[in-house]
Amino acid sequence: MSKKLDFKVLFMKNIVPVIFLLMTAIMMPFSGYSGKFLVQEIVTRLGRDTFLVLALLIPLMAGMGINFGLGLGAMASQIALVFVTDWHVTGVSGVLLAMLISTPISLVFGLFGGYLLNNAKGREMITSYVLGFFMLGAYQIIVLFGMGSIIPIGDEGLLLSRGFGIRNTIMLDGVAGSFDTLLDRLFGFRVQIADIGIPVVTILVVALLCLLTWWFRRTKLGQEIRAVGQDMGVSAASGINVSRTRIISMLISTVLAGYGYIVFMQNVSVMPVYTGANTVATYAAAALLVGGATASKAGIPGVIFGVALFHLLFIVTPMAANRIFGAAEVAEYFRLFISYSIIALALVLNGWNAKKEKDRALFGHRNRGGDRINTADAQPEPATPK
Amino acid sequence: MHTDNQEVLRFENVGKSFFGNQVLKDISFSLEKGKILGLVGENGAGKSTMMKILFSMDDIRETGGYEGAIYLDGVRLDFNNPMDAINAGVGMVHQEFSLIPGFTATENILLNREFTKRSVISKAFRGKLDTLDRRRMHLSAQEVIELLGVNLDPDMFVSNMPVGHKQFVEISREVNRENVKVLIFDEPTAVLTESEAQVLLHALRTLADRGVAIIFISHRLQEIIDVCDSVIVLRDGELVKDVRKEEGYSVVQLAKWMVGRDVESKSARREKGLDNADDIVMDIRNLWVNMAGELVDDVNLSIRRGEFLGVGGLAGQGKLGIPNGIMGLAEAGGTVLYDGKPFALNSPKAALDLKLAFVSEDRRGFGLLLDEPVYWNVTFSSMQVLNKYLKRYLGVRLRDDKEMRETTREYINSLEIRCVSEKQKVRELSGGNQQKVCLARAFDLEPELLFVSEPTRGIDIGAKSLVLQALKSYNEDKGVTIVMVSSELEELRSICDRIAIICDGKVAGILSADEDSEKFGLLMSGLRSDKESA
Repeated sequence: MSKKLDFKVLFMKNIVPVIFLLMTAIMMPFSGYSGKFLVQEIVTRLGRDTFLVLALLIPLMAGMGINFGLGLGAMASQIALVFVTDWHVTGVSGVLLAMLISTPISLVFGLFGGYLLNNAKGREMITSYVLGFFMLGAYQIIVLFGMGSIIPIGDEGLLLSRGFGIRNTIMLDGVAGSFDTLLDRLFGFRVQIADIGIPVVTILVVALLCLLTWWFRRTKLGQEIRAVGQDMGVSAASGINVSRTRIISMLISTVLAGYGYIVFMQNVSVMPVYTGANTVATYAAAALLVGGATASKAGIPGVIFGVALFHLLFIVTPMAANRIFGAAEVAEYFRLFISYSIIALALVLNGWNAKKEKDRALFGHRNRGGDRINTADAQPEPATPK
Repeated sequence: MHTDNQEVLRFENVGKSFFGNQVLKDISFSLEKGKILGLVGENGAGKSTMMKILFSMDDIRETGGYEGAIYLDGVRLDFNNPMDAINAGVGMVHQEFSLIPGFTATENILLNREFTKRSVISKAFRGKLDTLDRRRMHLSAQEVIELLGVNLDPDMFVSNMPVGHKQFVEISREVNRENVKVLIFDEPTAVLTESEAQVLLHALRTLADRGVAIIFISHRLQEIIDVCDSVIVLRDGELVKDVRKEEGYSVVQLAKWMVGRDVESKSARREKGLDNADDIVMDIRNLWVNMAGELVDDVNLSIRRGEFLGVGGLAGQGKLGIPNGIMGLAEAGGTVLYDGKPFALNSPKAALDLKLAFVSEDRRGFGLLLDEPVYWNVTFSSMQVLNKYLKRYLGVRLRDDKEMRETTREYINSLEIRCVSEKQKVRELSGGNQQKVCLARAFDLEPELLFVSEPTRGIDIGAKSLVLQALKSYNEDKGVTIVMVSSELEELRSICDRIAIICDGKVAGILSADEDSEKFGLLMSGLRSDKESA
């Protein structure tokens, strides 16, 4: 195979990151942000988002596509965070307690999602996407009607003025920055490199999850999940319980998504109670795809690169648009536009690449015949017996 | 080896019927340790049903099990699912690969039997969280591969392997099981080159010498003769021959047993041959078709005007790819001349415009609009292609339902389509009658060249002869050239003028319908006898 062809294949395989890298490069000068500001933002957001995006890896490995149902875990954590805030448990213990409370709720949600997706084999992505919206309804019933009426909420400040139901937005002052600035508080000064603040503990937590994911892939269960992801039929024929394996992947993903959302929230510290969960899921999916993941393959370096690139684009584009069009409201519009266009484009290109791949595989056999056809053309006598 | 004649597997009067249709009758044979048994028969002779019974596949159990008994090591089999069979030591190397493409050879060979390293936390998870011991896995895979005597990199991804290597990975996986007693090889050499096939045959012998009993299914009869200790021949669900190597048999004999003595078929063929050898309606040269499971590699075929040409061969050899490729339903390439003019491939519209028609083997997929009435199905294509049944009212073209129904009633009478009326939905008709609707639709296109693919598949004998009769009279009375693709050789021989046998994506030979059965058998087995011509 020639070098040129290799380069072309490589380019086509990474077309999504390449397109968005180009877009960012064009937008960057227009935004007028300083390099330092951008680096600080990226570092913060790497800490904030990477955990959530990593939660997408295992269902992807299991061949269930991108888990748009990530919001289910986020919902579990929102419930947990409401309680933690209500009970005024603060700092690291608040974060850990929130994680503890979210776990059983995530497990129930994940189990439900897993069963549902097992009945929608081959259509996981759209099913999980709709599942996110559907579960949002169930979640809202709990939070909007249950909390403060059936489920006791002590802090009146969390409730709507009618006496029950949680406010649209709640401030998570108790847990804000628990991981991000833990070392800063312990040491009594801001941990920074060249004026850029580093959320050390958050990054350590993310690193730990990366390590765990890496280790998990090398276990027996990890191998089974990979096998199921590639071919359910062959795996079943080898005695692997396909449905169970897929449910386990979904459980792991949902629980991790719950933890990821708590890590996310301790950084953001303002929780949109009714809209947060699915937005976060959409952004995570977009970040994963922009990092060059396909609907069937992704790696840890891709996740980190994807989060960085997605957020760079996220910061730069609205400001650039604002400067060019001179209207502040354009910014928010651009954010949504970017994330959905990334998802749409990435999925289309993935599908297209997958088809190419399949054709190549089928035609591997063909090449021999193709050569022969050329030589046959040279000699006019057909081989048909007369 | 002669002293070692322990019986491993025994079939006793095994039979099977699907919904009253007996597909396997009274099969008895036994297989000893370290022996290789050849199993030959045409498609549909019952080979795969036999293997399905042995593996206790779902479709056997769900249709009421089987008659007779099978003994493994003297114990009567009572498997509930294929996993039981595998655990009991019965392995099978499939014709289609069941490998995971993104895994290495090692990972595939040891799939779900991986070596692991114990760790403290994993105990709580029943070993699921043990890490894989890649080094031991590699060694184990290496060992089997060496045993088979092939040159294969255990760390190569299966997706990057040539077909032959994939086959060996598949075999390695079965051999790697510790307790394997009986191994079944279902057409393992079909995808191999000659030298690869030689390595495989050698590996079979090695395995047998290590005490594994082997059932070897192949249509390459020379291989059967080379490697097997005994052979059983199945025909129409019956065991017609059980011979040992010592008794001696030749390829020609095997072929004859397989196809059966010339059946006294009431020949439907025209009495006097056609004098049309030079009048070529379609000239196909170097045709390749990319159709899953039916790859056509390099077909050269000249279709004579007015003839009834049969296309036969075993399943998966490419015979179905030919009409699908020409009619633009599967990606194709090569040169096709129609009436001496170049013919555009990959365009169903172009084919239809040139008055070609096709009755697909996939009735439900391509042939019918199941939830529409019969008259719609019959007239739909000709309305699209020929603008039939359209009337102009005030400059707008509307369809003429009355004429559509009248035409359909004529077809219902002439083809004896059994339906309540022309308004009945096609879904409610039986398979044979659905097939007749497909034919009526093709006839209504007034084709000059008609491709018919597996017209009698899945329909009962009565409907079969009606369908064949209809095709024959259409060919004779209207002079329409018909190319019929069928897996049933006898059916082709009863109706066609010439029969082309496809093997390995190429035309193995073209025979006149009244040649000896064994000549057909040889061609189907990929053995080129001295080149025949019609």
